[in-house]
Amino acid sequence: MAGAAPFPEWLEVVAIRGGAGMAALAVGAIFLAATGHDPWRAYREMMIGALGSPFAIEQTIIKAIPLMLTGLGVALAFTMGLWNIGAEGQLVAGALAASWLALTASLPTLVMLPGLILLGAAGGAAWAFIPAVLKTFVGVNEIISTLMLNYIALLWVDYMVFGSWADPTAFSFPYSRPFPPQAHFPVLLGDIHIGLVLALIAALLLAGLLQRTHWGYEIRTIGASLPAARYAGMRVRRNVLLVMAASGALAGLAGVGEVSGVIHRIQQGISPGYGFTAIIVAWVARLNPWAVILVAVLFAALLNGGFVIQTAGVPAAIAYMIQALVLFLVLASEHLLRRVRRRRALSQTRAALQVGR
Amino acid sequence: MNQDQIVALLAVTVVTGTPLIFAAIGELLAECSGVLNLGVEGMMLVGAVSGFAVAAVTGNPWLAVLGAMAAGGALAAGHALLTVTLGTEQVTTGLSLALFGTGLSAFLGKPFIGIPNPVPFRPVPLPGLAHLPILGPVFFQQDLLVYTSYVFIILAWWWIYRTRPGLHLRACGESPETADAMGVDVTVMRYGAVIVGGALAGLGGGYLSLAYTPAWTENMTAGLGWIAIALVIFSTWNPLRLLGGAYLFGAADALGFRVQLLGVETSSILLRMLPYLFTLVVLVLINAVRRHSPVPRALGRPYFREE
Repeated sequence: MAGAAPFPEWLEVVAIRGGAGMAALAVGAIFLAATGHDPWRAYREMMIGALGSPFAIEQTIIKAIPLMLTGLGVALAFTMGLWNIGAEGQLVAGALAASWLALTASLPTLVMLPGLILLGAAGGAAWAFIPAVLKTFVGVNEIISTLMLNYIALLWVDYMVFGSWADPTAFSFPYSRPFPPQAHFPVLLGDIHIGLVLALIAALLLAGLLQRTHWGYEIRTIGASLPAARYAGMRVRRNVLLVMAASGALAGLAGVGEVSGVIHRIQQGISPGYGFTAIIVAWVARLNPWAVILVAVLFAALLNGGFVIQTAGVPAAIAYMIQALVLFLVLASEHLLRRVRRRRALSQTRAALQVGR
Repeated sequence: MNQDQIVALLAVTVVTGTPLIFAAIGELLAECSGVLNLGVEGMMLVGAVSGFAVAAVTGNPWLAVLGAMAAGGALAAGHALLTVTLGTEQVTTGLSLALFGTGLSAFLGKPFIGIPNPVPFRPVPLPGLAHLPILGPVFFQQDLLVYTSYVFIILAWWWIYRTRPGLHLRACGESPETADAMGVDVTVMRYGAVIVGGALAGLGGGYLSLAYTPAWTENMTAGLGWIAIALVIFSTWNPLRLLGGAYLFGAADALGFRVQLLGVETSSILLRMLPYLFTLVVLVLINAVRRHSPVPRALGRPYFREE
């Protein structure tokens, strides 16, 4: 084949991502230097803060859990060509549903924990179901509807934590009452909660579903070519509803993990944008579930590093900038490569035609 | 509500609609050329912070406006580079631009949090028109940027639908092959539309930090960039209809913030959901009513001559 890769495809994929990551860090360094920070020191502090001690690694993994779950949810939706940009709102909806149970019901741990997980997943699924219904039955584009629902879910948290769930001892801080101990997720190691197990199981199930089942084949086909899927008699509408709900359920689980596993209450700002970072995680991972797990850990390290260097006066937003830059540069380099190859193939074809004449 | 209160609410509606007008005309321009740019929220935020920074440093409000526009345009140039020159998927590229802009604005804006704008735009009543009953206080006792938005709307409509370059722009969005055959440079046209569109989004963001608030707070757009994209769909790519739409959304926004000032007892938090709910409802209604939306036919499709 003309213009074939000189090395295996997977190596190229990894190399592009590694290169994009390095280039994004370099651009970040320019911004750091331009705003009067020492980039070398900032990056070293970030590295130490994210991975330099058992505590740092623990915190990074805790931040990776919601990124894994939302990343998997987003990857599932994107695989079918559904632009679910609402993982943030679905995460929050899951957290709200779980918090309702934790704050209003007094149940033994053995009933409470499965209840939280099921209700949280259902909350996220329900929140994602709204745009799915609007898309299938009215034709509303899901990009804007899922985004609008993000803002509504976030305001709903405000409404609850300033209202009926407010902690009377928190002096109008945006916190709910703390969860009862029965509603705390068990921990595996240090403060790492069982959300990690849920995320790994979800990755396993998703990878199996997409690669080994007929339903997964349908999802991939619809994503690759809607007309082909319709021609093959696949039920697109039903799949839109199901896949959006499943995608939202995964984000909802991330929300349960945050309230039951990390902060043990619900409060304003329970997610520092996990649902948005998830979009980048999913794309950088090429929508592959196991790659999502890996990229989520790397991106969580970046987030955690950004969080840590705030104390040194460097804005934590540097982490978000770098993450978005990675995606931007991955897109740019992949398409640059594609165009270079297409041009080369075209000129070779033309040359061959000249010779044959 | 008495008449004064209604007039006051309508005047606020015009103010809250103004950033939407700027951002939505910008998006409309880009989409007319065939490029979807979902990065509006990011470009607005970077515009807001850059405008504010220039105002704080130079103390010149018009330089600040230029700074906001330049920043929005610079971000948009990145979008054009990827989508027009490299042919990347426009939705993904736009999303990454929105996220990048959000991060960049928070990064750059850190030192400016809590500082008041030294030179905010203040209302300048237009002589003659300002004293018209109702219309005067609503439309003509505003700041200079609001008046600029009226001019831009008319200019955009006239340029897109009544001039030859405007026809060429629409040709790029409807059928780039035809435009190319007509001798239009599709690449130049698309770059121009996307960058000018980004500058307008930057201006929309700048309006928030220079006139509306006027201060810088992180994520101060709070979804206005996405609402602007919805507004373009609502307007059926017509700037004049966009004006009406922007004020409808502006009214939903204004209600959220001002109803309590009028003495209505409701939760302010629930009222702040209004613009988002309103956007959803409007999208549902236009999809239910209109079967054929006049979307530019080549929207989202890259164009390369040799293929």
